[in-house]
Amino acid sequence: MDWQAIRLSLWLATLTTVSLLVLGLPLAYWLATSRRRWKFLVEAVVAMPLVLPPTVLGFYLLMAMGPRSPFGRAWESLFGRTLPFSFEGLLLASVLYSLPFMIQPLAAAFAAVDRGLVEASWCLGESRLRTFLRVIAPLSWAGILTGVVLSFAHTLGEFGVVLMVGGNLPGRTRTVSIAIYDQVQAMDYAPAARTAALLLGVSFLVLTFTYALRRRQRKPWTLI
Amino acid sequence: MDAHLTPSPQLLADAERRYRGGPTVEARFDIPEPGFSVTVLFGPSGSGKTTALRLLAGLERADRGSIRFGGATWSDAARGLHCPPQARNLGFLPQAYSLFPHLSVSANLGYGLASLSARERRARVDELLALLDLRDLEARHPGELSGGQQQRVALGRALARKPALLLLDEPLSALDRPSQVRLRKELRSLLRTLDIPTVLVTHDRAEALQLGDRLVVMDQGRVCQCGDIQQVFDRPTDPAVATILGVETVVRGRIESIVGGMATLSVGSARIFAADPGGLGWEVFICIRGEDVAVERGSTPGSGSTARNRLPARITALNPEGSLVRLSLDCGFPLESLVTRQACADLGLSEGDGVCAVLKAAAVHLIPHD
Repeated sequence: MDWQAIRLSLWLATLTTVSLLVLGLPLAYWLATSRRRWKFLVEAVVAMPLVLPPTVLGFYLLMAMGPRSPFGRAWESLFGRTLPFSFEGLLLASVLYSLPFMIQPLAAAFAAVDRGLVEASWCLGESRLRTFLRVIAPLSWAGILTGVVLSFAHTLGEFGVVLMVGGNLPGRTRTVSIAIYDQVQAMDYAPAARTAALLLGVSFLVLTFTYALRRRQRKPWTLI
Repeated sequence: MDAHLTPSPQLLADAERRYRGGPTVEARFDIPEPGFSVTVLFGPSGSGKTTALRLLAGLERADRGSIRFGGATWSDAARGLHCPPQARNLGFLPQAYSLFPHLSVSANLGYGLASLSARERRARVDELLALLDLRDLEARHPGELSGGQQQRVALGRALARKPALLLLDEPLSALDRPSQVRLRKELRSLLRTLDIPTVLVTHDRAEALQLGDRLVVMDQGRVCQCGDIQQVFDRPTDPAVATILGVETVVRGRIESIVGGMATLSVGSARIFAADPGGLGWEVFICIRGEDVAVERGSTPGSGSTARNRLPARITALNPEGSLVRLSLDCGFPLESLVTRQACADLGLSEGDGVCAVLKAAAVHLIPHD
């Protein structure tokens, strides 16, 4: 088995999930509570990765990261290297690709929290941020857990975007799904089967664990 | 000139919330004094009472007008000023109680006390547990409480920060009828000990009479009348208010004695009998429906009637209302009677006539108001 690729995939999925959580909590809260008229535009953009072929998303990302785009040039002048075919580029692509898998469960969970509880907290002197931490987040734990698990699992399994943006550089951008593809292309079925079985087992365990945990309702944690 | 002489009221609300393509709701009333008083927002459902309360809480933004409380401006639409609920130092009891389901009774009570040290918070929570008789329940979660217990926790949570104004939205409506009647009495004596003004929303007339000192009558988003509760019931400004109040005669009375389930009351200069509903103090509001008051010619007691009350009266006004005639009587206190046109014609009644007002003791409804 290609342990290097497995390690890289796990690391990528972890960083992607953490980035998505940091980005997703405020964005999902905004989507769940805002009454702006153009909110639907943001919702549509967030959901795009669900319907776009990964190659299309990958193509545009590649263009946006390339040396001919202002973003690509700015990145190069800041960090001294280019984004395409690097781990950082892969991380950026994964965050965008898995965005709906984090945002949608979070937004649904936040929207399901009774507005009366939020208002009661405000009237007890708690700010919007503290109300989020003390009431909304604890009551949305199942949605947050779902978002984390889905983002992690989805990143672990991505293929098309990785191929377009990251290429296939061992130790830098070769993820586990690419490794399996390579092994099959090389008619090297035995390691491909082992790696595939590992991915299957891990995915099944993680999802089983998540849904089992979700069944145990009403035992939420508190942030503060 | 008067501005120097009369101190400004504790609460002065004259604000409006407009809904696009919908009604406009106004909060337009005052609370003259600081200290204990209960102002009741009263009206049919959909009349905007809850929205008016939410304007006070700062949960709704006023589109017009201003709200001032104790010298501070809470809201002023003309200046674009809106003080958020966090900065108003009020206690708010929402209709559904909105207890935090993931927190224990103690944690709910102490929720608003984050700025205190753990020790001070514990002390205040203990105080509230004792005040509201919740000591055995402190570790429970809201889902494990009865409606009455939830109501007490929600009230305690609203009182925890020692607010300057208490807002109660239908505080008893989620409870069964017997609990409502029992808790009304408890609630008023509790509010009295707090010595702060309370604004209470209700659509229940008995609740309004028992809990309130001042009455704000609302209909279709508008404040129709505002004033001392007895004054409003005595002199509704227009027929719409009278219809909302829904009972023709409401007067204050005093219990003289209760013997064998029959209460004797002094009302104005008259004395009437009423069935004792139990749980009365000394002071009561007496409610009588116009259709329960019959009128007889002359003042000689007729024989063979079950009506306990026969009051000599004078007709002060006579107003036709559809197929009925509304008689305003003076029998030591103002009393309204509704009779048919036919009966009125047969007896040849006219203004100034001396008559006898007859009503059964069972038709006299008593509401305690101590």
